[in-house]
Amino acid sequence: MTDNVKTPYLDVNDLRVHFRTDDGLVRSVDGLSFQVERGKTLGIVGESGSGKSVTSMAVMGLHTASNAELTGSIRLDGQELVGAGKEAVRALRGKKMAMIFQDPLSAMHPYYTVGNQIIEAYRIHNKVTKKVARKHAIDLLDRVGIPEPGKRVDSYPHQFSGGMRQRAMIAMALSCDPDLLIADEPTTALDVTVQAQILDLIRDLQKDFNSAVVIITHDLGVVAEVADDILVMYAGRAVEYGTAEEIFNEGEHPYTWGLLSSMPRFDRKRTERLEPIKGTPPSLIRVPKGCPFNPRCQYVDLVGEPCVTERPSLLAEGSSHGVACHIPPEQRSAIWNDEIAPRFA
Amino acid sequence: MSTQPLTPPAHEAVFPPPRENLLEVTGLVKHFGIRGGFLQRQTGAVQAVDGLDFEVRRGETFSIVGESGCGKSTTARLITRLLEPSAGTVVFEGRDITHLSDGKMRPIRSDIQMIFQDPFSSLNPRHTVGKICGAPYRLQGITPEGGVKKAVQDLLELVGLSPEHYNRYPHEFSGGQRQRIGIARTLALKPKLIVADEPVSALDVSIQAQVVNLLEDLQNELDLTYVMIAHDLSVVRLDSDRVAVRFLGKIVELADRDELYESPRHPYTVAMMSAVPIPDTKRRTERERIRLTGDVPSPINPPAGCRFHTRCWKAQEVCKTTEPPLVEIVPAHSVACHFPEPPHVPVAG
Repeated sequence: MTDNVKTPYLDVNDLRVHFRTDDGLVRSVDGLSFQVERGKTLGIVGESGSGKSVTSMAVMGLHTASNAELTGSIRLDGQELVGAGKEAVRALRGKKMAMIFQDPLSAMHPYYTVGNQIIEAYRIHNKVTKKVARKHAIDLLDRVGIPEPGKRVDSYPHQFSGGMRQRAMIAMALSCDPDLLIADEPTTALDVTVQAQILDLIRDLQKDFNSAVVIITHDLGVVAEVADDILVMYAGRAVEYGTAEEIFNEGEHPYTWGLLSSMPRFDRKRTERLEPIKGTPPSLIRVPKGCPFNPRCQYVDLVGEPCVTERPSLLAEGSSHGVACHIPPEQRSAIWNDEIAPRFA
Repeated sequence: MSTQPLTPPAHEAVFPPPRENLLEVTGLVKHFGIRGGFLQRQTGAVQAVDGLDFEVRRGETFSIVGESGCGKSTTARLITRLLEPSAGTVVFEGRDITHLSDGKMRPIRSDIQMIFQDPFSSLNPRHTVGKICGAPYRLQGITPEGGVKKAVQDLLELVGLSPEHYNRYPHEFSGGQRQRIGIARTLALKPKLIVADEPVSALDVSIQAQVVNLLEDLQNELDLTYVMIAHDLSVVRLDSDRVAVRFLGKIVELADRDELYESPRHPYTVAMMSAVPIPDTKRRTERERIRLTGDVPSPINPPAGCRFHTRCWKAQEVCKTTEPPLVEIVPAHSVACHFPEPPHVPVAG
């Protein structure tokens, strides 16, 4: 969102992903738009059930038509993916886009060696001999920092530690130098010191390949470290969208404020007491009318009526910073300056 | 890391009148045997907990932090006597409970309770909330004043749920609410010591804060002592009194909270603190991060000498051969390192 002249590599417009269930229609993603350019990193933040992972799976074409209803538009390098055939999307996976999953143990096949799984992906997209592909796999494992890659290439996933598995999966995702890399909670299962290594790795690789990167996480600390732009999701919708600087230094949505206030800060004087967001996230079958955040919002009385009847739009016309909230902008900045920012001083 | 001035000199600030020890752990060891080969003989052992000494004072929150696989949860299960230690002693209120039989242990169980990490697997899906929270009374053969139902409803109110939830089933609740149910269950028998194994790590950030605050309120209200097991350094900093940092089955650093966070001395603690991601874009460039190389070594075959030496940037020859003991380098601050970091000097002015 920094430069409107460049065409975004990934352009998602009014994406909706709905699932029909016996209990009713689950609106996992409900009108989501965002763009990512090459060389840039977008962080998607939200609580569990906010639609982050469903969005990434929609981009990768991993929802089956029999259970998910997909509408809107997903353009990858100009090519429309919503409604595209299975084979067409498959051809894009690996080379044009690749994904790092949250749980490497379930994303890798336990019966094949790590090397074989990387070789397979590489040979689908490149006409090379097994020998060349194996060499490539060893190089990749080396690149992601696995010791003795020549030996470890023949190991099975269960022989790796958690951090090594995550790295092996990154190696797999990178085997064809993807232009778009989606990382869904890439470090959640890892320890802080290993997490720092993995984030550094993703950053370095992005520099080398000039890829577009989407990082999905619930950890505001992680996005602050790596993201250029940030999209805050709540109940399947974007509630705030802006540059990382805007979100962290002049955040405007009450939900963003809530997230920032409920995190213990490590870099500041010890927080005496956290300010949690009251209540719990809504069911996606019965999303509250109006602003989905209104039952939990402590500022709902400032505006009243519209918050519970009218869905606020993410106004981004002419400005790069979009906020889906009925509170007038001047009042929002006042609240940020008077109430929210001092909490982190 | 913060550069705020150090609170008054350590020996004055950190020595309030010494509190009585509620729990004393000495030389605690737990090895899990690995069997293999033709006769299923023991071929090795996972050294999950390898020589642990600490004491927990009445009314305090004692936290144990460390990366996964360092034996934190095993420690929790040893203290609560859910696992049998391989060696060492656990003394609770002056009484050695290390090898008590199940029958002798039972009355003590009402004093030591546990909060589990995963609110989804720690509640029986076929039992109502009333049955779950009433189970402690049933098992101990206690009839609370006013009946079990009344007592459970009071407990539900205490943890921020509604008494009407009595007849509901766990699946009707969100993760945060389930964790509250688990907490209500642990409080039923008015325990003295609560061992909380990662009580908030399975919860969303906004819910995490609710549960952290609840635990703090309960401690003040009911005069509880906590042993908190966690991996998140920023959560531990909120309301611990003393913190032990673990690495691969051992305690590498043990200090009062403010002392530890202001002046970490073990290289591992320093590295871990520098790796915590900070939600502030302005700090992105100015922060100094220590990059550790390599992965956590296996507890089956831990490195000789100092267990951290394979990842440590300060390691020297002596680290590979001699294991550093945990020694008190300043009052109330112990470190197990041959070359501890210098103490943090507050910037004047």
